[in-house]
Amino acid sequence: MQLQQMYQEIILDHYKNPHGRGLRDPFDAESHQINPTCGDEVTLRVKLDGETVADVSYDGQGCSISQASTSVLTDLVVGKPIGEAFKKMDAFVELMQGRGQVEPDEDVLEDGIAFAGVAKYPARVKCALLGWMAFKDAVSRSEGAKA
Amino acid sequence: MTTTAAPLDVATVRADFPILGRTVREGKRLVYLDSGATSQRPRQVLDAERAFLEIANAAVHRGAHQLAEEATDAYEGARAKIAAFVGVDFGEIVFTKNATEGVNLVAYAMGNAATSGPEADRFRLGPGDEIVVTEMEHHANLVPWQQLAERTGATLRWFGVTDEGRLDLSDVDELINPRTKVVAFTHQSNVLGTVNPVKSIVDKAQAVGALTVLDACQSVPHSKVDFHALGVDFAVFSGHKMLGPSGIGVLYGKRALLEALPPFLTGGSMIEMVQMARSTFAPPPQRFEAGSPMTSQAVALGAAVDYLSAIGMDRIAAHEHVLTEAALKGLAEIPGVRVVGPLDTEDRGGAVSFVVEGVHAHDAGQVLDSLGIEVRVGHHCAWPLHRRMDAAATVRASFYLYNTLDEVQALLDGVRETQKFFGVA
Repeated sequence: MQLQQMYQEIILDHYKNPHGRGLRDPFDAESHQINPTCGDEVTLRVKLDGETVADVSYDGQGCSISQASTSVLTDLVVGKPIGEAFKKMDAFVELMQGRGQVEPDEDVLEDGIAFAGVAKYPARVKCALLGWMAFKDAVSRSEGAKA
Repeated sequence: MTTTAAPLDVATVRADFPILGRTVREGKRLVYLDSGATSQRPRQVLDAERAFLEIANAAVHRGAHQLAEEATDAYEGARAKIAAFVGVDFGEIVFTKNATEGVNLVAYAMGNAATSGPEADRFRLGPGDEIVVTEMEHHANLVPWQQLAERTGATLRWFGVTDEGRLDLSDVDELINPRTKVVAFTHQSNVLGTVNPVKSIVDKAQAVGALTVLDACQSVPHSKVDFHALGVDFAVFSGHKMLGPSGIGVLYGKRALLEALPPFLTGGSMIEMVQMARSTFAPPPQRFEAGSPMTSQAVALGAAVDYLSAIGMDRIAAHEHVLTEAALKGLAEIPGVRVVGPLDTEDRGGAVSFVVEGVHAHDAGQVLDSLGIEVRVGHHCAWPLHRRMDAAATVRASFYLYNTLDEVQALLDGVRETQKFFGVA
């Protein structure tokens, strides 16, 4: 059934038990992203330590896809150099925009590969990318603040 | 509701709608419960549009050849049908791109009154004046008024909504006061289904000389609406929600008001005389139809009105009443489901929005979609209303003349399936 392909156990697990949730101090920059079609929102903070993503904390409300993908995001990027985090982000965005035609690399995306099924539903791609857009924005803001 | 007419024959109606025969998502029969967003079109409407294009297509109101004549007759004939359908005069109907444009037309024209002659005095707004809307408005009948308030310095005020999803009229005499210039409100909420007491609000507005603007997008397609009887000054509705095409909406305005109202969009078709430095404008409705109008769409909307009239708006309303009652009753029997809007069918139309506790509306909609049940999820362009009703997003089922009790049952089963899938039942 298509539904199970989309709502992989991994996604439902992250939704029910999100990783890294809650807004924490200290942080360098914060980003608030809204999906105007459904009203879902996420507030996400980034703390950098030199070139490394030291912490990502977030709060928000939304569907299982947007909340789970933000949870997966924290697993993927915290502790990683910014460049590597952005590579993972690019891979995730490519997967989500691939209409189900992109084969995900588990070494890069780990639990993120569970979202491959979501990519077949164009209306839900924005949900999956909400937290990632906030991450991208927050990192550029913190880098901007330091420059 | 009392009606003496025979009940609507749904099977016959459904046979007119080719799309209802298709399947979705791996062969599931289509259960289309999203007519509040856009309705499906019967063959009669599709055929009328095609016939116009195959026989009489030409630019209207320009050109003297035979096709231009026939096209103009078809276009203006549609205007006459639509005017009669909502109980108004031929010249009181303006075609717009959609209902949203209709509201913007009135709001921008009122802004333009600042630089118009004395005939436009009553449309002028400034600091100290008040615009009144409601918390249950679709963004289309809210944002244009916010913008007009910003441009003119007028103050935007609004009616609240009760916990039951009714308009809170407790402060009506304070809200509608001698400073009030416009009262813009919805006839029937696209989220709650609530039908508002138009006449009593219009009476209050008229008593203080305020203009009334009615969003009739969710009422005109579903029940007999007579704008003259309601007494509103302006009203808007859209073609695609009443079996007609997209790309066409309707603005109604009282003749005397349209005659005094400055234009919104300007250019071809809407002029009386043009000189290099300045121009004068055509009388309404042409004054408000700048540029080449939508022609086949108008003709098809005329056919939609014929179709609805042949069935009878009272029968359609009675049919939807039965479906709405079944949906409300069924949803009330499912623990963990909260209906956002009135729980009874008194003064209530066929939009039924609800929250499945523990499941986001997007996720509920996805499960329903996997079963072939097409509903709307999100805030349905009424974000402030959702905040007021303490719901981030809702699932909305909306019914029309082609829906059946079986489909209501499919929705109820689908909601239970949703709860099972997400482990909240």
